[in-house]
Amino acid sequence: MKILVGIKRVVDYNVRVRVLPDGSGVDTDGVKMSVNPFDEIALEEALRIKEAGNAEEVVVVSAGGDECQQQLRTGLAMGADRAIQIRTDGPIQPLAAARALLKIVEREEPGLVILGKQAIDDDNNQTGQMLAALWDRPQATFASKVVLDGDKATVTREVDAGLETIEVDLPAVITTDLRLNEPRFVKLPDIMKAKRKPLDTVEFGELGVETGPDLQIGSHSPPPQRQKGIMVDSAEALVKELKNRGLL
Amino acid sequence: MSKILIVAEHDGSALNISTAKCVSCAQAIGGDIDIAVLGQGIDAVAAEAAKLNGVNRVVSVSAAQLEHPLAANWAPEVAALADDYTHLLGPSTTFGKDLMPRVAALLGVNQFSDVMEVQDDGSFKRPIYAGNAIIEVRAPEGTKVVMTVRTASWSQAEAGGSADVESREASTGGAGHTRWVGLQSGGDGERPDLQSAPMVVSGGRALGSAEKFEVIYQFADKLGAAVGASRAAVDAGYVPNDMQVGQTGKIIAPDLYWAFGISGAIQHITGIKDAGTIVAVNKDAEAPIFEVADIGLVGDLFTVIPEIEEQLG
Amino acid sequence: MPESDMPEREIMEYDVIVVGAGPSGLACAIRLKQLKPDLAVAVIEKGAEVGAHILSGAVIEPEPLDRLIPDWRDDPPPICVPVENDELWYLTADKRYRLPTPPQQRNHGNFIVSLGALCAWLAPRAEALGVDVFPGYAASDVVINEAGAVGGVIIGDMGVDREGQPKDTFVQGIEIHAPVTVLGEGCRGHLSKQLIRRFELDAQAQPQTYGIGMKELWRVAPGKSKPGLVQHTAGWPLDPAIYGGSFIYHLDKDRVALGYVVGLDYGDPDFVPFEAFQQLKHHPMVRDLLEGGEILSSGARALTEGGYQALPRTEMPGALLIGDSAGLLNVPKVKGTHQAIRSGMLAAEHLAESGSPEGYDARLRGSEIVSELHKVRNIRPAFYKGFWRGFLTSAIETVTLGKLPRTLPLHADHSALHFEDRYTAPDRAWRERELPPRDRLASVYFAATEHDEDQPVHLQILEPDVCTTRCTEEYGNPCTRFCPAAVYEMVEEGGKQRLQINSANCVHCKTCDIKDPYQIINWVTPEGGAGPNYQNL
Repeated sequence: MKILVGIKRVVDYNVRVRVLPDGSGVDTDGVKMSVNPFDEIALEEALRIKEAGNAEEVVVVSAGGDECQQQLRTGLAMGADRAIQIRTDGPIQPLAAARALLKIVEREEPGLVILGKQAIDDDNNQTGQMLAALWDRPQATFASKVVLDGDKATVTREVDAGLETIEVDLPAVITTDLRLNEPRFVKLPDIMKAKRKPLDTVEFGELGVETGPDLQIGSHSPPPQRQKGIMVDSAEALVKELKNRGLL
Repeated sequence: MSKILIVAEHDGSALNISTAKCVSCAQAIGGDIDIAVLGQGIDAVAAEAAKLNGVNRVVSVSAAQLEHPLAANWAPEVAALADDYTHLLGPSTTFGKDLMPRVAALLGVNQFSDVMEVQDDGSFKRPIYAGNAIIEVRAPEGTKVVMTVRTASWSQAEAGGSADVESREASTGGAGHTRWVGLQSGGDGERPDLQSAPMVVSGGRALGSAEKFEVIYQFADKLGAAVGASRAAVDAGYVPNDMQVGQTGKIIAPDLYWAFGISGAIQHITGIKDAGTIVAVNKDAEAPIFEVADIGLVGDLFTVIPEIEEQLG
Repeated sequence: MPESDMPEREIMEYDVIVVGAGPSGLACAIRLKQLKPDLAVAVIEKGAEVGAHILSGAVIEPEPLDRLIPDWRDDPPPICVPVENDELWYLTADKRYRLPTPPQQRNHGNFIVSLGALCAWLAPRAEALGVDVFPGYAASDVVINEAGAVGGVIIGDMGVDREGQPKDTFVQGIEIHAPVTVLGEGCRGHLSKQLIRRFELDAQAQPQTYGIGMKELWRVAPGKSKPGLVQHTAGWPLDPAIYGGSFIYHLDKDRVALGYVVGLDYGDPDFVPFEAFQQLKHHPMVRDLLEGGEILSSGARALTEGGYQALPRTEMPGALLIGDSAGLLNVPKVKGTHQAIRSGMLAAEHLAESGSPEGYDARLRGSEIVSELHKVRNIRPAFYKGFWRGFLTSAIETVTLGKLPRTLPLHADHSALHFEDRYTAPDRAWRERELPPRDRLASVYFAATEHDEDQPVHLQILEPDVCTTRCTEEYGNPCTRFCPAAVYEMVEEGGKQRLQINSANCVHCKTCDIKDPYQIINWVTPEGGAGPNYQNL
């Protein structure tokens, strides 16, 4: 079996993201870029499945400008066997990403596609579900445990009510939640090995994928700041205030 | 005139409160509001939905393959209902996040995720970068709007209405490739999960020791709340690391957050900035926590907590 | 697990291994590949990415960069503003007085840059020449070969828990072997420190002296920044017994870089350098600039001030020191980057010619790099006697180009503190503060510092008992004050005081390793990639 893993280049989670004064976007000047953390978890899971003998090949795929090759190389250094860059000029929205991924899926015929549940930049949380819809295959989102058994996978999902378990036929799309695993550190010699692994580039324009209809992104603003509230002088007043507000 | 369909979240017997929050968002958009209740044997849920103020009609679709909310089975059914509507809404809970993008893809549109504010019927505000920026997003002319509604941003629509309930046959079959196995609920008599609990009680360095942190556990249990801690309390070894709230711990958004003996370093505030109401109790009147607290009380937590407990009876 | 159960470390081989992707290390790597393209050269950097741990003013002299990358002006680093004007001010609590700009501080033809951004811009140029740059890996130790020479470095293990046990994610660090190791760790590099001791490189030198530099990047209200204006201040908020001053560099896009440098030879055990910086921001002159603006990032880093007198021997078997690892900063110029780049290039030229560190030290001492330090050697120590004596002496030394036949001695910073009960600080007329960050913890937030908390504490206290006994009595635990990141805290537990080390806050400035009066704090590398994530500092 082959596993396809999606990787997105995003502003690192440690960066204090700030809206530009003119509202045209967020300040990405000189900020650190990384592999989306949920995608790292996706790749780690794929590598563990391969290491357990349940897959032969792990392929990482990313859509973006040539700068995203850096994140693909990180994926190769972690242990992916090869990489595919879908070259695009600007950002693409989830539906276009899902359509492009479907083209790669049709070409590669993976038994499993693992994606992060969301990218930490746009926080859209859509692409995996959309790919599953367009592919007409099962989806197991927000996975915290994956068990493979022949042509089936049993996936534990982190849902608001607790842990839900579902069984899906392969091929399927799995999206990862935080507790699925802890991604490995990259060994230094593996960075050198990654330089020699294949990285193919396909032009987004040549996949025959429509982009629209795209949502129109307007102005950005900083989140509203919390304001100082009231001070009370006793536990009695505190409880009364909370009761007035319907919180107790 | 907008025609809005809300996909109800429920557990088979009762409506999830997120549905009533979606109704508030739908009212902000304006137009006819219908609710779709999918499942099996869901008459009671449909009746409950029909009582929500502002709802025009409840469409109930009962079928065996819809018993559990499997997106692969539900999405085609929701997409089949979509013809009559301009807007499709689901809550931004794990239920809605799982289902709605699959619906959007079947309809050939992108989804608006986590809508927190409505500008007009085609323009919305939503958070990106974990809430560190808010963007305005507009639907292209003539396309259907599919969205998830950020539940923390909307209040529940009140009950008091009496909409018609219309039962329909399912128009799609099951996908056949996805099976529901089981649900293990978080609670089980234990303390609620810190990440999703509506009420959280947290303690800081002022607790002084692991033994004294017991005061926080007991108070939380009395209120049925989850327990958190500041990094200082974790670093000092009073509680395990997975209880840490803040930048390097958990980012939470409970309806009510109690901060006892927490100074309120920016790293901690980052983890609670979306909380509904913050209550702070601290000996130090200058503590930065008071600058973000909705209700503050200067005092020693070891005397204040018993006093609060007494007030609560 | 015990060392004996560990598998043999994997080994990678290079011709030259450079520790630290700062200006000196990157210049060295680039120059090596320019001269000898076939050499295998690697640069190891503990920051998560190149530039993440770099903090400097910084106004730079472009001449060394012109030599290293002749066409750099066609594609300059992202922050690069030509200096238009120089101002030097003497501040009192409420007023300011313009002082003549000393010749060393005239910056015509120089550029204001972010040194972090400059390094991030240099790294791909090194990679394009075939240098392997490895950010996110800490060189935690040196390899000493059978001949007793430095044979390379050991990369720190990753995935080790607080007690030193391997976690699920454990990865053993590798050894990188090379005939030559180039140490470009910056001020008080922890490998350089070991090697200076081991090879007694400082036997002929005066003790190295240091300063702590703190810096913030602000976006000010539109129109307030005057791109290209370089301002320095002396005087308030310090009393004349403490050496230090501020820099305020006006950048483009309404950005202002400002910072404060304090000599670590201060004697007041209760002095808080961070607080002095924050006070400076509330002087009317600075406050007017910042009000209505927003802080973007912040950080701190120690710098070397010892100059000529403190210059250690810079070569040893198998290794050499460049940049601030050697201590080449020029204090009166308030600049070190040009010296760092020059020394990196000089080391590369030497290695390309001879293949060995031998002879590098003599070559360095015969170069413009050291003659520049010689000229100004008496200026910094002149300030030991207070600001005005220093000001006068520095004027004389400047006019005479340092040719007077005298060399003022240096003393070690860690021995400069007075006992707490024998020192009363003068009233410095400090005021209530309002501008952010409100405290050191908030400042750390803007440094975006990050350490996995489940790893061994990387600030080793060699004699923990001293902290709660002698140090409390004699100095009142000054670590809780000199650290700009609130790493050290005394907490009471069960009626007893205990030193709490919040190592996750550490911004890798090295001040504790330098200033601790008993020299019992040993700064070692945490897991690779940990530490601050400076943005445009």
